Amino acid sequence: MTSRRFITFERVIKNGIVSFGRNIWLAIAAIAMMAITLTILLFGVVANATFSHTIDEITDRIDVSVFLKDTVSEERREELISDLKKVENVESVEYISKEEALKRYRAQNVDNPELLAAISEVDNPLSQELLIQPQDPNNMQPIKEFLDQSEIAQLQSDPTSYSGDRKEAIDKIARATRFFEQAGIVGIIIFALISALIIFNTIRMAIFNRRDELVIMRLLGASTWYIRGPFVVETILYGIVAAAFSLLVCAALFAVASSTLQASSLGLLDIKYSGEYFKNNLLLILSLQLLAGIIIGAASSAIATRRYLKLNR
Amino acid sequence: MILLDRVTKTYNRRGPALERVSLHVEPKEFVIIVGQSGAGKSTLFKLLTREEKPTSGKIIVGGMDYEHLSDKDIPLLRRKIGVVFQDFKLLNNKTVFENVAFALEIAGLSNAEIKHTVPKVLDIVGLKGKENNYPLELSGGERQRVAIARAIVRQPKILIADEPTGNLDPKHAWDVIKVLEKINRFGTTVLLTTHNQDIVNTLKRRVVTIQDGKIISDRAVGQYRSS
Repeated sequence: MTSRRFITFERVIKNGIVSFGRNIWLAIAAIAMMAITLTILLFGVVANATFSHTIDEITDRIDVSVFLKDTVSEERREELISDLKKVENVESVEYISKEEALKRYRAQNVDNPELLAAISEVDNPLSQELLIQPQDPNNMQPIKEFLDQSEIAQLQSDPTSYSGDRKEAIDKIARATRFFEQAGIVGIIIFALISALIIFNTIRMAIFNRRDELVIMRLLGASTWYIRGPFVVETILYGIVAAAFSLLVCAALFAVASSTLQASSLGLLDIKYSGEYFKNNLLLILSLQLLAGIIIGAASSAIATRRYLKLNR
Repeated sequence: MILLDRVTKTYNRRGPALERVSLHVEPKEFVIIVGQSGAGKSTLFKLLTREEKPTSGKIIVGGMDYEHLSDKDIPLLRRKIGVVFQDFKLLNNKTVFENVAFALEIAGLSNAEIKHTVPKVLDIVGLKGKENNYPLELSGGERQRVAIARAIVRQPKILIADEPTGNLDPKHAWDVIKVLEKINRFGTTVLLTTHNQDIVNTLKRRVVTIQDGKIISDRAVGQYRSS
């Protein structure tokens, strides 16, 4: 009995593949629509990953720069650093000497010889600096309060620099991400429904084309799944072909994008990161697409066969 | 083997297609059912293959009480009954071999079993050597014998033949009837409907006559005059 079940299972799959081959021209519209749906899904996943990567990157860069007068002694400086480390929400404190500051400045402006010429080593205008990394960029108050105490303010050559503007940028990106997420989900649902409808129609036509055979199968005592199964297998194949097609198209797109958009950043969308994410998570993306394709295909054909095959007579 | 107890089948508003029909068929019997078109023969067969449900009454075939049949059991029931139709119902895009094998594939037999069984059955119906022909390349009689081969390949206890000779000329009709008799000799219960007076009168078998949905005669060796 088990071996018969296995043989039947095998035949259902084989028959599904055969009728997939026969109906391929009929199925092209369904496959194309599904490929579009899966591509939107893919872009949704990649864009989501890219946005959250951008947010992480910017969050990491939020810090507080305290510029100290040249007159501050080494002991006073060390004392200040150890005090700072005790302040709530301070992750780390890094000391940057005047020479180090100059080096970094030069590295940052390596493309700008005029700026470099304006600064010479003999007359270094940069201050020594303490770079504070907060644990939570949304809770800067304790640090601010500490630095604003008059005896500490005295030690500073310039006003403290908070990269507060970056916080706004983060909020903006987070809002954009949420919007894209919601729009993406709505888009995926709409396109999934459209492709389900097209598959539904395709299967309806396939059933109509084979109605004689189906009637005979029924009269010869074919079980419900022996009749329905091949249709479901057929649409699962639509899903697999659509996923493969969509992945190929996207891979080509990313390849072209990364070679032409060397600048690597379009506003919030870090194309280079998107391409890398796509490459590194190819397996995950492929399985996600396959899963979505198979679910859309199987569900719509299961409904179509239920609706159009009067099997229980 | 087959038991109908006061079976009535009514299709919507028109009068009953079958009315309180009771029929008992013993194992290995050969029963001919005669009657005009519309008398209720086809309805009777549809009830036996469970394409239709009776409005009232009891049907038991091969020990299966149709009242307690679930949807899942219907395919199993149909695998126990061989069916032959007037219009053959063969798949024209499959060869003779494939058409017969189809019934075994549905039942889940292995390819080796199929290869072993199909030629034997084609031999019984006299179609040896036609395995690779397509139905449209065969005569009507040959096609009907393919259909019979398909019906008996699973060795059913019961064979139902609904006007199998209806579309055939007398010579081919007799070929088909001879095959049915042969199958009956092997021990299969055969239920045959026909219009053909010659066949009924020559066979000298039990004849059940249906008229207007009722059994009006049931004779051990029956005669029939189609008028």
